[in-house]
Amino acid sequence: MAGGYKNQKKMSSLLVNGILILICFVWLLPTVGVFVTSLRNSQDIFTSGWWSIFPHQENIGSGEIVLDPSVNVDEPMQIEGITATFEELRAGVTLPDGRILTWYGNKRTRTVLISDLQWVGFFHKPLTTQNYADVLTGKTIKFTDASGNEIIRQGNNLGGAFLNSIAVAVPATIIPILIAAFAAYGFAWLNFPGRGLLFTMVVAILVVPLQISLVPILQDYTKLNLNGTYLGIWLAHTGFGLPLATYLLFNYMSTLPRDLLEAAYIDGASNFTIFTKLILPLSVPALASFAIFQFLWVWNDYLIALVFLGDKNRVITFALASIVGEKGQDWHLLTAGAFVSMIMPLAVFFALQRYFVRGLLAGSVKG
Amino acid sequence: MNVPQNKNRLTSGLVGGLVTTIGRILISVFVPAITFLVLWQVFIFLRDSNAPQLVIVLVAIVWGVVGVALLFVVSNWFVEQLPAEWSRRLQPFVYIGPAVAIMAWYLAIPVIRTLILSFKDDIGSKWIGFDNYIFAFTDRIMLEAFRNNLLWMIVGTFFSVGLGLLIAVLADRSKFESVYKAIIFMPMAISFVGAGVIWKFVYTYKGEGVGIQEIGLLNAIVLAMGGQSQPWLSIPPWNNFFLIIIMVWLQTGFSMVVISSAIKGIPLELLEAARIDGATEIQAFFGITIPYIKGTLITVTTTIVIFSLKLFDIVRVMTGGNNGTNVIANEFYLQRFTYGNTGRASAIAIVLLLAVIPIIVNNLREFNRERRAF
Repeated sequence: MAGGYKNQKKMSSLLVNGILILICFVWLLPTVGVFVTSLRNSQDIFTSGWWSIFPHQENIGSGEIVLDPSVNVDEPMQIEGITATFEELRAGVTLPDGRILTWYGNKRTRTVLISDLQWVGFFHKPLTTQNYADVLTGKTIKFTDASGNEIIRQGNNLGGAFLNSIAVAVPATIIPILIAAFAAYGFAWLNFPGRGLLFTMVVAILVVPLQISLVPILQDYTKLNLNGTYLGIWLAHTGFGLPLATYLLFNYMSTLPRDLLEAAYIDGASNFTIFTKLILPLSVPALASFAIFQFLWVWNDYLIALVFLGDKNRVITFALASIVGEKGQDWHLLTAGAFVSMIMPLAVFFALQRYFVRGLLAGSVKG
Repeated sequence: MNVPQNKNRLTSGLVGGLVTTIGRILISVFVPAITFLVLWQVFIFLRDSNAPQLVIVLVAIVWGVVGVALLFVVSNWFVEQLPAEWSRRLQPFVYIGPAVAIMAWYLAIPVIRTLILSFKDDIGSKWIGFDNYIFAFTDRIMLEAFRNNLLWMIVGTFFSVGLGLLIAVLADRSKFESVYKAIIFMPMAISFVGAGVIWKFVYTYKGEGVGIQEIGLLNAIVLAMGGQSQPWLSIPPWNNFFLIIIMVWLQTGFSMVVISSAIKGIPLELLEAARIDGATEIQAFFGITIPYIKGTLITVTTTIVIFSLKLFDIVRVMTGGNNGTNVIANEFYLQRFTYGNTGRASAIAIVLLLAVIPIIVNNLREFNRERRAF
């Protein structure tokens, strides 16, 4: 009886893990495909799926037969000891010895290719980092397409876009945190008229969709000449991030023990000293959670960058989206570009997983 | 004898005090002025300079971060120079002022400005009554967008929450819980544009012809199973579902993590008691787990519904809203930036706002209940 229970438990554990492994496999597969593709030669990418880097059987050409002009291609033909029509040959005919005959092109070519089904191992075609170099540079690049033609393109300068993303994301993370921390301290520990009303406004605009702001703010930016400037996009991200930041930091700071602050105040510390020497250090967990959330939000943002930065000072999401638009079939560039854009968030994710999850959960209500 | 001396001292004290006060005022004006001047000069440099990108980026970061910190330090210092009474009264506004001003500029006031614009024509010069709203609620393209958003909200949310719940419950029984959860959660870290590229590659279609190899995963699977390859993103209405899969892939991690932490909060005795009473796992799941985490499920569902309401990037990058995949947020973008019609765009934004008003009301109610003392 006990053994049976144990067995049953083992079975259900096997089942649980089996289902989970299956789901995780499906979850990872698309990303793995893009990663593998980003490391393959452009010509290989166009002519075979990324899964062909795994061991599999493949037709490997071992020669060709050019038919004699006397052979009538409209009737069954005798080749290599078998008789087949053009249609059959075009679909591929397997010889008794395992070799495969395939007609090349249309009837007029009069050419039959011979190939062997052979096993190929891992990475039988060499991998390359050329795609990354090509997508990062802003200079002209060359690559080979499916039919072997050399194509020359203008590079997409994702390297520059990466730098721009840093220039946008770092201040657009620190500025709202700084402003929100001051405000949260003010709301939590200082007394002033209108405190309740103003904080109600903060709560009310927490989930306002930012589409509400785009039209009027764009008018302001055009008047102030802020379109395409770093200052403009920092302020925009600050504006859209502040309600959440203020709300979260307020919730955290208002739970700090009152005695601590009163003791410091009685010792003659000014508000500024209390804030910088006491409150900020104590609030590090909340600050870190929000910082990670905001940094990734800004890094991954497309809409705000599209509207307020556009082609000037283009950030990584914008640059990647323009490759999709201009070169939608250049998979060697797209896949490498996608990975370049993912490096930063993935690094943050793996380095700071706990804060990351906490930050994302807290930030899920953002408008 | 004493009196003039006293008077004298009083005068010199007065003069001295006056000098110090003037000096103080001068300094208090001078220091902020210098600060603003320096910050402005750097802004001009950033806007017009042709220095190497790396230099500009570094200067920009330092300028932005130090600039804001400096503004706080200087204005706080300025307020502390004032008489104690004024200092006490004004200091809170130095702290909350910038935040309140920016939030008002970027979110609170735009609600009213957009509302006004939504009753005006395409360039915001003439009042046209409810025309933009008539467009927003009756135009064919808008109705299609509404239908698609509804699909996203229902199908997308259902699968995101359902899968999240399934994985959370299963992972709770496995030793490798954290590994599974990290893998499912990972897509949350990447941008929608990046996710768009990943899935565009899964759906890619090359067409039929001799020697053409499908390099997209989905078409390869369909071909291997004996089917026909398809241009998945161009067949309405099914292309919507292929786009929704991307959202499920992105959002399941979120719902899984939230639900998982709620499941961890269920007291073990409760489940043990049910099992001793002879309840099967499935009975325990529906009888105890689900009722216990109901609140969390509602929160997660609401959050994902709001998310799918405002969804933009995926559609923009994958199809641009063509072939019957348009959504409200994309039509907003098209109206404003492709057709240049601020009136219609504003009306669409207001429609989005109306949809989240119940959430806003609920947030305010919760907040008031939690903080009676405010």
